[in-house]
Amino acid sequence: MFRFIVRRLLQLIPTLFGLSLLLFIWVRRLPGGPEDAILGERGTPEMRAAIRRSMGLDEPILVQYGRFVQRLLRLDLGTSSSTKRPVVEEFLERFPGTVELTITALVIAIGVGIPLGYLAARRRGQLLDHLSVGGSLVGICVPIFFLAYVLKAIFSENLGWFPSSGRQDPTLDATRITNFFVLDGLMTREWDAAADALWHLVLPGIALASIPLAIIVRITRASVLEVLNEDFVRTAEAKGLTERTVRGRHVLRNSLLPVVTSIGLLTGGLLSGAVLTETVFAFTGIGAFIYEAINHRDYPVLLGFIMIISVVYVLVNLLVDLSYSLIDPRVRVR
Amino acid sequence: MALLEVDDLSVTFARRGQRTVRAVDGVSFSVDTGEVVGLVGESGCGKSVTSMAIMGLLPRHPGTRIGGKAVFDGTDLLGLDDRARRDIRGRDVAMIFQDPLSSLNPVIPIGLQVTEVLARHRGMTGGAARREAAGLLDRVGIPDPNRRLKEYPHQLSGGMRQRALIAMAVACRPRLLIADEPTTALDVTIQAQILELLKELVHDSGTALVMITHDLGVVAGMCDSINVLYAGRVVETARRRPLFREPRHPYTAGLLGSVPRLDSGRGEPLNPIPGSVRDVLSWSEGCAFAPRCSRRVDACLDETPPLVRTYDGRTYRCVDPVPLPGAVPAQAGPADQPGASSPEPNEEKTRD
Repeated sequence: MFRFIVRRLLQLIPTLFGLSLLLFIWVRRLPGGPEDAILGERGTPEMRAAIRRSMGLDEPILVQYGRFVQRLLRLDLGTSSSTKRPVVEEFLERFPGTVELTITALVIAIGVGIPLGYLAARRRGQLLDHLSVGGSLVGICVPIFFLAYVLKAIFSENLGWFPSSGRQDPTLDATRITNFFVLDGLMTREWDAAADALWHLVLPGIALASIPLAIIVRITRASVLEVLNEDFVRTAEAKGLTERTVRGRHVLRNSLLPVVTSIGLLTGGLLSGAVLTETVFAFTGIGAFIYEAINHRDYPVLLGFIMIISVVYVLVNLLVDLSYSLIDPRVRVR
Repeated sequence: MALLEVDDLSVTFARRGQRTVRAVDGVSFSVDTGEVVGLVGESGCGKSVTSMAIMGLLPRHPGTRIGGKAVFDGTDLLGLDDRARRDIRGRDVAMIFQDPLSSLNPVIPIGLQVTEVLARHRGMTGGAARREAAGLLDRVGIPDPNRRLKEYPHQLSGGMRQRALIAMAVACRPRLLIADEPTTALDVTIQAQILELLKELVHDSGTALVMITHDLGVVAGMCDSINVLYAGRVVETARRRPLFREPRHPYTAGLLGSVPRLDSGRGEPLNPIPGSVRDVLSWSEGCAFAPRCSRRVDACLDETPPLVRTYDGRTYRCVDPVPLPGAVPAQAGPADQPGASSPEPNEEKTRD
């Protein structure tokens, strides 16, 4: 187990190295540069050159890459060219919001998706089955930003049930410790702050959950149908076990194996793919900030954020692999 | 009064847009307490479906129709509701399946798979159940049972897996055990061990055993009486010795004759039954075996051949059975040896 984890973490090094090179080339191929964002259209060529020089962008690209890697080894991701603050600081301020949003979306997707997929399989060919299969198709097809706007229009602007933007009501003046607003509220016993932060998560959480939910429903349903036909389910039936035991112990547990794998992949996607949802709900996460960084050609932010996200992605999938070995003894890690 | 009396059991599968399949078409047989009864036939003859119908394990589907009766100790198993059936299954009637690896749950330790039966039917839990489970594994010949209880199916060998399945089946000392091709997926040496174990368990506990197989060697070594199935019907029933010595139904004779023999000459061809199970008539049109039969006469296609019961308690369903040796048949020559199956030379004669 320990060796497995170490090996996976070591594998991370070449992955990150390759990724950094690719990213570096990609980002620099973007037309324009930070000087355009800073100076706008009025800058003279001399001013542009001065800015580029001050950022070290006039040197050969390989030298720049070398410097980037050198700093990376010291865990220094540089300074944002648009906000002039350290990239790490920016990240730590925004990432908790994205994590909260991702967890909310996952809880919704798993909590609704697995039971729904299971019931659809049990009632195969009946109304519930058709509804959930059809509904999941809609869930996959409807663009997130559209769903997000519709949710916002109905539940926040018309009905007023949920806040329409932000992560928390600023007038609460809540104490910040970790920047995970819900967690902070719980830690400082500011219950109203925690509840308010949670309340702000509901609508964006639902919007973000739509695609993973649809995928989980479908995978669960297909997997349950497959397991129901397995010989060991017949054995369990032949033992005279109650229907409840057969379903819970023998069917459901085996059906979850492929679902767990997909959850790992979906989590990675959610962490990096919340841009649209965050934008619609003016939610302070990394998605909206990366979008800004692209507009401003903020190379350090782009490189740094994406590097950190990919580390997180690998770690999440490592966790999934470990949990997989907990439910399936055949893949005990070595 | 027999322990299990199967009477005119029929199973049909109807699927939309497909021809209705009559998998079991009026099967009748009986099993006495402590008796070992064989159900023999080639793939697709309905032997597995018969056992699944008795156990109530056929997939619930509106197109599946089960008819007839299967009376176990006075209760018709086919008429029970789901709950009563679950009470009997695993406690009074248990089953062993063909492929031990896929028949065991891969993600649950062997121990729990044994103790869950004990908990369900004998109310045993905790340490008592674990001790009993270890005792069961020990009884079916699994060494170091306490360690094995914690292991998962993939950590056991094929033979050991089948032993574990047998342990689960006999956990509640059932009065009837149904074994559906229990040795098909195993090596020959392991096959012999498993059969020996089954024989021993049946002998020690007085459990009746229904042995479903296509392997005549298994039948010869174990069964007291044998039912030969073809196309969903029993075509011949006899005690073991008379059946092997003097098969009356041409299909039985063909099965026996198609077994390769060590003492046959080198390079001699095997004697398969021509055609396949797919070349089947419906029993309502006559004898289902007629298209493949070497002794076919016109009367075969007139009606369903009636069941003939002989003085010594054998039954067969054939209008022109293989003659008994010693008896002088009307036309058949001396080529009619017991178990002989290459009747091509006298085929014409008998048809005359």
